[in-house]
Amino acid sequence: MFSLRDKQLADDIISQITKAKVHLRFMHVCGTHQDTLVKHGLDALLQRCGIEIGQGPGCPVCVTTPKEIEEILLLAKHGKTIATFGDMTRVPGVSSSLQQMKTEGCDVRTVYSIEDALILAEKHKGKEIVFMAVGFETTAPTTASVLLRDPPLNFSVLCCHRLIPPALQAILQMGELKIDGFIEPGHVSTIIGTKPYEFISRKYQVPQVIAGFEPLDLLMAVWMLVRQIQRGKAVVENEYVRAVKQQGNKKAQHVMQQVFEPMDVKWRGFPMIPRSGLRLRKKYEPYDARKKYEDELQKIAKEEFVEPTGCLCGDVLRGLISSKQCPLFGRECTPENPVGPCMVSSEGNCSIQYRYTKK
Amino acid sequence: MCLAIPGKIIELDKKKQNATVDYGSGTKRKANVSLVQVKIGDYVLVHAGFAIQVLDEKEALETLALFREMLSLQEEER
Ligand code: SF4
Repeated sequence: MFSLRDKQLADDIISQITKAKVHLRFMHVCGTHQDTLVKHGLDALLQRCGIEIGQGPGCPVCVTTPKEIEEILLLAKHGKTIATFGDMTRVPGVSSSLQQMKTEGCDVRTVYSIEDALILAEKHKGKEIVFMAVGFETTAPTTASVLLRDPPLNFSVLCCHRLIPPALQAILQMGELKIDGFIEPGHVSTIIGTKPYEFISRKYQVPQVIAGFEPLDLLMAVWMLVRQIQRGKAVVENEYVRAVKQQGNKKAQHVMQQVFEPMDVKWRGFPMIPRSGLRLRKKYEPYDARKKYEDELQKIAKEEFVEPTGCLCGDVLRGLISSKQCPLFGRECTPENPVGPCMVSSEGNCSIQYRYTKK
Repeated sequence: MCLAIPGKIIELDKKKQNATVDYGSGTKRKANVSLVQVKIGDYVLVHAGFAIQVLDEKEALETLALFREMLSLQEEER
């Protein structure tokens, strides 16, 4: 459906980018974009046209902090039933991983949707179900929508949702990398629309293009960024018009607003990023696992947890190195035996790199 | 994780909360449609069991033509 394949058009885009004779570095923040780029060899192709393009902190599973992993592991250890998305269960924490704990007898369920976790809670009233909610603006409304339905009180959420625009600003503020343009995640943008990105272009003079996920979408987005730069512009453009409306999805935004409020959170590899995370509003406190199990979590509340020894996920997520520059890549660290989350998640830079170039 | 798959709404409950979505080649699944306003026949993007946006069929069909036009305009400007 809506197939976007056209070899001639792709060649024309590449030829125009080549003619521009530029040397630029762009960042995107989406595992699906990275997958398209590597799978179709677009990253290498664009490099030959003078364009470096890399993934920033765009993998919700990867940016969860070691502390959040320890929180969920502790709750699993204390007999709660943990429900979360597949990738999350394999992320190694300091002490263990959810998958490991499952083999040791803990109750860990992989779900496709938060609704599956809700069904578990409805079916097993005697069990305490904790849903580990990870994901950006794309996923947060699904969590909110379930909480608005008055779920049973044996259901709670360990909220690890994060927001994209504050992270983009953090990257620019840290200034470790010169970024000439951002390719913005299409599906996050279906929810938030184009406006929340605008302050970034205004404040930092960085062009941005919201892009879809077909190879042609990404080539076109790169072309649009180059065109902005050639014209001395820095604005938010939308390449993915078939799915992203300027105002986003108002209904989803409203649902999020009702349930969540922004808070300052750390991201893996990043210091605290102001207002980049979501927590449940006071009204939904009975469903907030951090409040509900405050006493149990107290034990680790003040503890700091470090990233796995030798793992450079932090640098990968800040766009400073490519996965292959990590000495553990493909040696100690493989998808079967991941050391860091970027090798676990199908959206993680290391896992994508391994998938298409190691086999 | 932000992966969203396009599909067509083929069934819709009365309250317009749940739908059956056809993803082509025989794959059909239930999806929650409470976050969008849809009718039968609409194309939606589904993420983690929820439709998150309605696809604009007209825009989708015109995407390639639009790209071509943008490129040729740029070519003329040179
Ligand atoms: S290759 Fe493994 S150890 Fe290295 S950064 Fe990636 S996930 Fe971490």
